Amino acid sequence: MSVLNDTVDWLSDSANWSGDDGIPHRLTQHLEYTALTVVIAAAIAIPIGLWVGHTGRLRGLAVVSTGALRALPTLGVLTYASLFSGIGIKPAIFTLVLLAIPPLLAGAYAGLESVNRQTIDAARAIGMTEWQVLSKVEVPLALPLIIGGIRSATLQVVATATVAAYVPGPGGLGRYLIDGLAVSDYARIVGGSVVVIVLALVLDGLFVILQRVALGSRPSRTPTTA
Amino acid sequence: MIEYRSIGKTFADGTEAVGDFSLQLPSRTTTVFVGSSGCGKTTLLRMVNRMVDPSHGQVLIDDVDVSTRNKVELRRSIGYVMQEAGLLPHRKVIDNVALMMRLKGADKKEARDRAHEVLETVGLDSSLANRYPAQLSGGQQQRVGVARGLVTDPNILLMDEPFGAVDPIVRDELQQELLRLQRELDKTIVFVTHDIDEAFLLGDQVVILKKGGEIAQVGSPAEILAKPANDFVSSFIGLEKGHRKLHVEERNGTRIVVDETGKATGVLSE
Ligand SMILES: Nc1ncnc2c1ncn2[C@@H]1O[C@H](COP(=O)(O)OP(=O)(O)OP(=O)(O)O)[C@@H](O)[C@H]1O
Ligand SMILES: [Mg+2]
Repeated sequence: MSVLNDTVDWLSDSANWSGDDGIPHRLTQHLEYTALTVVIAAAIAIPIGLWVGHTGRLRGLAVVSTGALRALPTLGVLTYASLFSGIGIKPAIFTLVLLAIPPLLAGAYAGLESVNRQTIDAARAIGMTEWQVLSKVEVPLALPLIIGGIRSATLQVVATATVAAYVPGPGGLGRYLIDGLAVSDYARIVGGSVVVIVLALVLDGLFVILQRVALGSRPSRTPTTA
Repeated sequence: MIEYRSIGKTFADGTEAVGDFSLQLPSRTTTVFVGSSGCGKTTLLRMVNRMVDPSHGQVLIDDVDVSTRNKVELRRSIGYVMQEAGLLPHRKVIDNVALMMRLKGADKKEARDRAHEVLETVGLDSSLANRYPAQLSGGQQQRVGVARGLVTDPNILLMDEPFGAVDPIVRDELQQELLRLQRELDKTIVFVTHDIDEAFLLGDQVVILKKGGEIAQVGSPAEILAKPANDFVSSFIGLEKGHRKLHVEERNGTRIVVDETGKATGVLSE
């Protein structure tokens, strides 16, 4: 029970809530890495996923590379990346981007594939351009799944961004874990983990709301075909 | 005028949907393609707005080969009512209809006003305009589909079994409404159905199709009934079952119309 008590002490110690190594600062850093990672990964993966889903082309390749990226060992990639780009935040961001791409890519192309073929056909038949079919029909209808992809990418990155501290540099919430481990300060390790978990839960809740909003006032009942 | 010139379609998987089809569809009349499932009706219809590109031959609209026209422009100029209403599930009824106007460059207000107008024309209660398609009955969805086909006031209207999925009473209502609309609007309508009664009711020109888009007979309903070209046609229009061979019998002083099986189908009006 002493670890628990120590953890509560650590979390309630005002010294841990201020300064460069304080929770607010580390938390902000952590969120910054997460946001940066997800934005970069989304900029890469979502257009590719939409293209694959819209055209149906290179789907096999998308599936295989998604699986391959998922199988990459995070720490291995991080070590390897830091050999090239040196210490600091870059190798961590690079690694996290690789981690975030699969769910984003899968969310985008699976989202588009989930859209009723007849609806797409109808959109084309009434004279929409390919771009209009994508932007006015496919993306809005796929939005819940696309956001689902962003949600799981974000959660994975939030949890895994702790590895950023593995490479010497600014760190984020992972600092507590890595530094705590180095000096066997279990209260700090557990306390840091608790903050990460709470952050993940809060973000998850925000995404649930976002997915609801994406559905709008539209009834969830699927349209009967006449 | 729409003209099919020796047109054929074989799909990528080798299915020959239409072999060799030629026909002229006069302007401002209704031509009905009728035939059993899979005979190529939808394929023929969709070659008019280039949703299907023919493997050989041409479709001409007012002597212009449609393959020379921009697909998107062409489709915007033709009304298309789909087999399943084909409404966008994430757009309200009013927006589904107004969308066609928006695609043609109308501003929001103009598009909505016009959409309300056609919804009324097709007999849809205005209280339904703000619903989503999933919140409508099948018959109501079909009406929205028809409204969407009419909203831009196109010269050509393609209708693919638009009343196929509704009950006989609603279907009857929709058919009558279409007849009324056609008297007012004078469009060139290409109508697809597998129901011969519907074909005879709506068609100025009826095209009876066999598998592969082969024409069994073309003519007005009266011509076809008077002179079925062959046994296939006779049986297709139900002459063989005797439902259409009627004669008059007198019963209790009233003249009654009876079919070959002896079933009374009506009275003779003097
Ligand atoms: N995209 C396609 N790829 C391959 N074959 C197709 C395709 N579309 C239609 N076919 C085939 O072409 C033939 C004609 O189809 P079509 O849809 O024109 O029939 P239809 O007369 O409209 O039938 P229904 O009354 O059932 O709607 C059928 O055998 C069908 O399976
Ligand atoms: Mg069909």
